[in-house]
Amino acid sequence: MSQTRWLPYLLIAPATLFLGAIFVVPLVQTILLSFNGGAGGVFANYQRMMGDLNFGVSLRNTFLLVVTVVPLQMALAIGMGLMLQKLTHGRELVLWIWTIPLGVSDLAAGLVWFAILQNTGYFNTLLFHLGLISGPTAWLNSETPYTLFIAVVVAEIWRSTAVVLVVIVAGLQLIPKEFGEAAEIFGASPLKKFVRVTLPMLKPSLQSALILRTVLAFEVFASAYAIGGRNIPVLVGEAYVWQRENQNYSVAAAYAVLIMIISLSATWVYLRLLRENPEAQA
Amino acid sequence: MRQMLKLKASSALVAAAMLAFVPVAKAQELIFLSTQLRPIDEAQKVRDVILKGAPKTTYVVDEPSPFTVRMKAEVDTNTHTISLLGALHGELQPLVPMGALDPIDDVAASLKDRGIPAGLMELGKLGTVKQMYIPWMQATYVMVVNKKALPYLPAGADVHSLTYQQLAEWGKNIQDKTGQRRIGFPAGPKGLLARFLQGNLYPSYTASMVTEYRSKEAEAMWGDFKAVWAQANPNSTSYDFMQEPLMAGDVWIAWDHIARVKDALQQAPDDYLVVAPPAGPKGRAYMPVVAGLAIAKGAPDRKGAAELIAHLTKPETQVVTASEVGFFPVVSATLPADLSPGVKLLAQGVAETQSAKDAVVALLPVGLGDKGGEFNKVYMDTFQRIVLRQEPIRATLDAQADVMRGLMDATKAPCWAPDKPSEGACPVK
Repeated sequence: MSQTRWLPYLLIAPATLFLGAIFVVPLVQTILLSFNGGAGGVFANYQRMMGDLNFGVSLRNTFLLVVTVVPLQMALAIGMGLMLQKLTHGRELVLWIWTIPLGVSDLAAGLVWFAILQNTGYFNTLLFHLGLISGPTAWLNSETPYTLFIAVVVAEIWRSTAVVLVVIVAGLQLIPKEFGEAAEIFGASPLKKFVRVTLPMLKPSLQSALILRTVLAFEVFASAYAIGGRNIPVLVGEAYVWQRENQNYSVAAAYAVLIMIISLSATWVYLRLLRENPEAQA
Repeated sequence: MRQMLKLKASSALVAAAMLAFVPVAKAQELIFLSTQLRPIDEAQKVRDVILKGAPKTTYVVDEPSPFTVRMKAEVDTNTHTISLLGALHGELQPLVPMGALDPIDDVAASLKDRGIPAGLMELGKLGTVKQMYIPWMQATYVMVVNKKALPYLPAGADVHSLTYQQLAEWGKNIQDKTGQRRIGFPAGPKGLLARFLQGNLYPSYTASMVTEYRSKEAEAMWGDFKAVWAQANPNSTSYDFMQEPLMAGDVWIAWDHIARVKDALQQAPDDYLVVAPPAGPKGRAYMPVVAGLAIAKGAPDRKGAAELIAHLTKPETQVVTASEVGFFPVVSATLPADLSPGVKLLAQGVAETQSAKDAVVALLPVGLGDKGGEFNKVYMDTFQRIVLRQEPIRATLDAQADVMRGLMDATKAPCWAPDKPSEGACPVK
């Protein structure tokens, strides 16, 4: 009897220990490293981080990217999921094509869009043949910050909508068809059906997709780095620069802890806002 | 956060891999880890040509950042696999406070007859009293000019001895007549613009790198450089290696390390000139780049590593190195007349730079320990604020001089050329 009680814990112990060593130990080390200010005091690294030239810019860029990309992707993914539901033939093929970007690393996606949008890239070649521009036009340098930002948004949407799509599609499939049919019988328009039936039943999936995508969005790095380099600082990019070029691991750790706090706060906000009332479920 | 975790995880994994590696490794395996000569074709030339006649060596290359992490992992876990290290002066410097290098005064003594200049051997002490690395090869930074730009030279300017004002005028002529900005600087994330500011710009205007950081001459210098930058291709903030924009024709006048323009020169040697960098009021400054050979502390095969150092510093090997990969000798050796055209152009440019009548030598920083990256950051932040963000020059210089002062006080590094020697930390006036 007592063996059956301990058995589940015993069975997951190896995986937990492994995760603890590979994940928890470096996490604690990073947090401790960020508070290791040496002669400057406990918060020296955080003060350096906040006083840095690019701190404000990278914070603003990261938040702007998250606020722009995540809602667009959610809307796009919901639209794509609803369209998939209506398909009868070729549904698997379309789903497969739409999830191809899942297999592409964010750096590869950034490099692909850089190749398309650079001065002599495919986009300019197309525009040139259409007669819209007269020669190589710059979209991605320090003098064109708006097009640079839009380029990063496009690359991020292209690359990671599939993540949200997969969660939304799974959530849509869980909604019993009877609810939708009942709404149609009672004369609901498609929009009313969507707002009153589909969206509320999609709430748990929306919550998962939002948390997943937002946390990943705050960690945007490789696509912004590939497309814009130093011209579009983002938080993780700054952590990278502090570790690699400035060789100051403590300030890089401070950036890492900041990103973690932002992601945890966003998760908490989503969990509160999209809370499911347990009685409403039944 | 992921990057930090990856760094720690990779450090732990490297240590674990090496712990697994040690019992299997043959005793006396001579591993030569280098951050230079990394591209596949160059590494193959090292293995096939340059190391011919040397003791049996395994030549391994790594990027500078993983190189430092690996040495730190070896020191922390007390597991030693690397015997010989080959890296730039700035990359070997942080290994000193880490305790990763073995003093090699004995090796230096045995190489006394090679004729390595005393100044370079002094650099090899890395700010300590013992010899930490033996100079291996040297390079410098040059200006590469596409002959297409020559018709636009301002009247009376000699391309072999320009001033920064003439450079700005030249760029303006090109922009007025062709509508394009064709000057280029490596201001990308992995570019070497910091070395341009430290080794060319500052000493040419202020005869100093650190002490006169916010002087009136420095203020004039930034004004002149802003005028040059106004004629630079705006994509310069993404350029890491200038050979790519040179080969693409986006840039006609470029400044960069000789190894980062070599491909362009090898591909079309008749299209380019390699000239000395421009001069300022105080001279034509240049910064020699030194790569050195160091022996890791606790190296499995110290004797083999010492023999390898002797082999690599032989005049014959140094000449072969120059012809194959374009890094120039540190010992007294004459280069053959049948060098490839691209390398010959580079050799001429380097000779022109070093023998200019108004040449000023600006040395790599010494004694900064692991703060070399933050030292570069001071210059790059100043550049970003004054040139890219158009902030007022005087206020920025004062603020950044404070940061520089803090850095010098923290590292207690004494001044180095072209600054006059100081007692204690290098002051910032």
